Amino acid sequence: MLYLHSFEIMKILVPISNVPDTTSKISFTDNDTRFNGQGITWIVNPYDEWYALVRALELKESGKADKVTIIHVGLSDSEPTIRKGLALGADDAVRINAESSDSLYVAYQIADYAKNNSYELILTGKESIQYNGSAVGSMIAALLDYPFLSQASFLDLNGTTLTLHVETEGGIKVVEGQAPAVVSCAKGMAEQRIPNMRGIMAARTKPLQTLDPKPFRQNVKVRNFGLNPGRSECKLFTEDQLDKLVEALHKEAKVI
Amino acid sequence: MSGEILNDVSTGFDFHLTENQKMIADMIRKFGKEEILPHLMHWDEEQIFPVDLFRKMGELGLMGVLVPQEYGGAGLTYTEYVTVISEIGKMCGAIGLSVAAHNSLCTGHILQFGNEEQKRKYLPKLATGQWIGAWGLTEANTGSDAMRMKCVARKEGDYWIINGTKNWITHGISGDVVVVLVRTGELLDSHGITAFIVERGTPGFRAGKKENKLGMRASETAELIFENCKVHESQIIGQPGEGFIQAMKVLDGGRISIAALSLGIAKGALEASVKYAKERHQFGQPIANFQAIAFKLADMATEVEAAELLTFKAADLKNKEEKVTRHSAFAKYYASEVAVKVSTEAVQIFGGYGYTKDFPVEKYYRDSKLCTIGEGTSEIQKLVIARDILK
Repeated sequence: MLYLHSFEIMKILVPISNVPDTTSKISFTDNDTRFNGQGITWIVNPYDEWYALVRALELKESGKADKVTIIHVGLSDSEPTIRKGLALGADDAVRINAESSDSLYVAYQIADYAKNNSYELILTGKESIQYNGSAVGSMIAALLDYPFLSQASFLDLNGTTLTLHVETEGGIKVVEGQAPAVVSCAKGMAEQRIPNMRGIMAARTKPLQTLDPKPFRQNVKVRNFGLNPGRSECKLFTEDQLDKLVEALHKEAKVI
Repeated sequence: MSGEILNDVSTGFDFHLTENQKMIADMIRKFGKEEILPHLMHWDEEQIFPVDLFRKMGELGLMGVLVPQEYGGAGLTYTEYVTVISEIGKMCGAIGLSVAAHNSLCTGHILQFGNEEQKRKYLPKLATGQWIGAWGLTEANTGSDAMRMKCVARKEGDYWIINGTKNWITHGISGDVVVVLVRTGELLDSHGITAFIVERGTPGFRAGKKENKLGMRASETAELIFENCKVHESQIIGQPGEGFIQAMKVLDGGRISIAALSLGIAKGALEASVKYAKERHQFGQPIANFQAIAFKLADMATEVEAAELLTFKAADLKNKEEKVTRHSAFAKYYASEVAVKVSTEAVQIFGGYGYTKDFPVEKYYRDSKLCTIGEGTSEIQKLVIARDILK
């Protein structure tokens, strides 16, 4: 797939996930097939918000981009979360009205919208904090035949040239690329922003378009969820119980 | 816990928080975590009024919650306003008090009764926190008995000459502009008092002594001194003689502020107590397991819930522009007493730790007491309520 792009207008698309607040207590319902949303505070996935969205807004504010659109694949109960993104300053939002936990399905819907509405830059968080799959960004890139620039901690844009930093173990890699592209954003790319009252009010009147999903197979579904067994009691061994310690490490902890 | 209340379908009352309220509460918590919580004990100990913080809160729209957007405010209703004050009060009563006084007294007076020129001149600066506002009614010898005020103004051509002092004025030193209530007529004549807008720097106007207080120590309280202070008649809000009536209406709204602030303090003390009761072990188990503690928490939670309902009801009436005198007095009276009671119990639950400054509840305890005194004591609230129901 190859597309011709005119870069008179640089539009940034920011896909966001609707995730439980980091302090949420996790439990499941319906025979452990569904996440129990009772009493949960839903937030914009922090990687999507703090890094991708805020950096997109900064690029727009510095005149390097013209428009920032939020996109979300989910049902109407995630609209409050979408409006949190609008309150931060995104221009408009699109919700693809579908429920899915299948990364490829979600990526397909986003790629389809990006293609039909000529978004040249797609900024995603490096992962979502509920599934931690890190899958959707790269799949969008593959579906659009865009380069995928992963885990950037810094991003700048000059015309269509992207400069980004990727932190490696003990070092930094500076990467240059050309839009159109998909960039996944990691810690360090931007500072957390707090919406002001005007932003919160404006969010209610900004366009939030709902679109039906394009037909696409759902390849994967979650059969059931389970919690990690909690930390078990601490076992103490005295100096003369070395054999028992070795046995416990080998048979119970399975670390040796 | 409080805040998440059932939707009563039978009566059609909707007790849910709106999406706006949730977003605002979230915004304040995030902001406070960075900008208030790390510093509040330092400000408290040193009695520092953190002016810069108020500028930042102005940028967020917290300094002109009720001011329409055309005057630079957030243009929200009392419902969101209660959320703002209570969320700030939950973290620091003193900051909550200052935000409340700025919004509802000084800014509120100009918003409700100022002419277009005055609104254009002052509201944008106040609503964005560029300027901090003060409001002066109380004097050393006239608290509840405001009509006996001694601060006077006499007319001289197009000017008025103000003489006298005002006491316990929030932002008396740092306020950039003050709305001051001054006697221009006969003693005890409710039409003998006039509201003036006086800017800092006006000759003859200066700040006096700063009060050293039990609580609310980061909120500045000081004396205002007027010595032949010459103010142009264009600085009068409304007409000469209307000041007292205006002030009573401003206080009707102000009571909702203090109710919201009380609610915040009570919620903060309750949350801290619930957390502590689950963590603190005595006799081999969390103290929350003991009914002596659990029942305290049950009482506290019930009272906080009731205070919240009264406060939001008063806010709702105010939004609908219905008469709110009785209901704002209900809310202010009850919520402030609850704040004192709940924070007192909180100190008791924390025991020895509660008496130290390393734990948060001693500050709630000190801050809460202002709420049953400021903007009309509990006794005055009862007077207001009694007069209204006996009418």
